Amino acid sequence: MIEVQGLTKLYGSFPAVRGIAFHVARGEIFGLLGPNGAGKTSTISMLIGLSRISAGAVRIAGYDATREMPRIQRDIGVVPDESNLYDELEGLENLCFSGALYGMTRKRREQRAAELLDQFGLQAVGSKPFKTYSKGMKRKLTIAAALMHEPSILFLDEPTSGIDVASARQIRQNLKDMNERGTTIFLTTHYIEEAGRLCDRIALMVEGRIVRIGTPDELMSACQREHIIEITTAGPLAGVAGELAKVFSHVRVRVTGESTLRLQTDHASGVGPFVVWLHERGVPVVEATLIRPTLEDAFVALTSVDLAEMKRERERNS
Amino acid sequence: MGSWIAFSSILGKDIRTYYAKPPNISWGIVFPLAWSVMFFVKSSTPVDVRTLLPGLVVLSVLFGTTSMLAVTITFERRRRSFERLLLAPMSLTSLMLAKTSGAILFGVFNAFVPVVLARLLIVLPGVNWIIFLLGVLLLAMASTFLGLLVAVSVSEVFEAQTFSNFFRFPMIFLSGMFLPVQDLPHWLRPVSSLLPPTYGVDLIRQAVTGQSRLNWILNATVLSLMVGLLLAVSIRQVKRRWIM
Ligand SMILES: Nc1ncnc2c1ncn2[C@@H]1O[C@H](COP(=O)(O)OP(=O)(O)OP(=O)(O)O)[C@@H](O)[C@H]1O
Ligand SMILES: [Mg+2]
Repeated sequence: MIEVQGLTKLYGSFPAVRGIAFHVARGEIFGLLGPNGAGKTSTISMLIGLSRISAGAVRIAGYDATREMPRIQRDIGVVPDESNLYDELEGLENLCFSGALYGMTRKRREQRAAELLDQFGLQAVGSKPFKTYSKGMKRKLTIAAALMHEPSILFLDEPTSGIDVASARQIRQNLKDMNERGTTIFLTTHYIEEAGRLCDRIALMVEGRIVRIGTPDELMSACQREHIIEITTAGPLAGVAGELAKVFSHVRVRVTGESTLRLQTDHASGVGPFVVWLHERGVPVVEATLIRPTLEDAFVALTSVDLAEMKRERERNS
Repeated sequence: MGSWIAFSSILGKDIRTYYAKPPNISWGIVFPLAWSVMFFVKSSTPVDVRTLLPGLVVLSVLFGTTSMLAVTITFERRRRSFERLLLAPMSLTSLMLAKTSGAILFGVFNAFVPVVLARLLIVLPGVNWIIFLLGVLLLAMASTFLGLLVAVSVSEVFEAQTFSNFFRFPMIFLSGMFLPVQDLPHWLRPVSSLLPPTYGVDLIRQAVTGQSRLNWILNATVLSLMVGLLLAVSIRQVKRRWIM
């Protein structure tokens, strides 16, 4: 549905997007994940015709983005990072106006608008001015407006940023439902959990480059060079840890609590030997778990971006 | 059919949310009315009223059209709602025409304020209404697109307003609205020949008084060319500045 080759965006001489390539299959939910300033919005803007393509080729639904944008725009819906609806119009009017931009007849518009208000739980506020909406309601109506003409591809720029958990969850559920019914979805986000939960495939983007593309599982196993085992014992660990490190020289041992420790190895290994060894030393094991890396770990490993710095930056911005 | 629905919805929305709002309607009437009354009170004879009418019509059109685009274009651009229009599957030309047709209609409406007032003072036989309407329409388009060019070349609403005044006020003196172009110093005449209202005034004067500097066909042709040029330059400007 979306094919991108060597896509580049220059602002003056500053390369915000540096020759990225990816493709999105029909019916997929594809996420572009990256920290602030990675170039996600710049990328999406070029795909939807709001920004000129500096170099590279984009085809959407079989049409060339440089030459056939109006044709493409008929098939796509766009939810920008900030709402672009009219403050002074009512919710329903905003939806109907959106539909009219795509040439829908009045009857069809009204029918579809009612449907969408219902789907997003906004029936009660349909006749209130948009400016009186809460942030979450605004985001939902903005998504609904993008869906008026039943696009086959939906683009969303940070669909859940800045809204409460419940609204975010509802939006994710709506996106999933839509996807089940056949809509291809392209979204950007800097929430790792969201990307992991929602997307079929994720592209990690940093400083204008895509560093890795894969399913959430693939991305996680890519950083599974480290295997972590967490062990909780019944009694105190005093003294045993040092000995353990000597005996199993390929393991890095870290005591993380009075009766918990973490073992890191470079190769996959079962928990068995450690449990047996500890048992023989008179320290019974209560629990031993193989810890899978989170998508966050994968992100750090693959992009070597300091997530803490990202978070601080995000907090400073909001 | 589809693009007509889009076109008329954009126009309809602008009329409802901007032009038909009481402040704009009243300003659209009060301004032209104020300067018409101001000029007409001093003119005691029907001849004077006839002489003044073309200038007043042009003044009303010029101010009515250009003052609205700072809001309908620059303001919407700042609030990002313009982006949604750019996402609509229509050509940039149809979109800009849809966004400006409200101002054009508003300008035509303004043109008739001094006419109605003049009609109250004197009878107006012998006015060629076809040429009059042609002149008003072309002038409304030219000055709307002039305002459009300003509106798409700046990013703040106040800049749009300041810049349009920069154009509008000199035009009152340079385009022959009240001061005949022949009476201007030599070195200013080339400037006046570059201003759309110069041809609009002449065209409307021809319709009202039967006298003009240039032939009405020539006036209408030059004005049409200016309309096309201003629209083309504005659209190029949108492509260059907004679709970066
Ligand atoms: N219009 C512009 N002119 C100049 N530089 C720009 C422009 N828009 C974006 N940039 C720069 O390009 C880079 C990428 O910006 P972009 O908005 O695409 O990032 P993003 O991944 O969407 O970030 P965020 O998570 O903050 O939305 C940034 O360094 C930004 O400063
Ligand atoms: Mg962004």
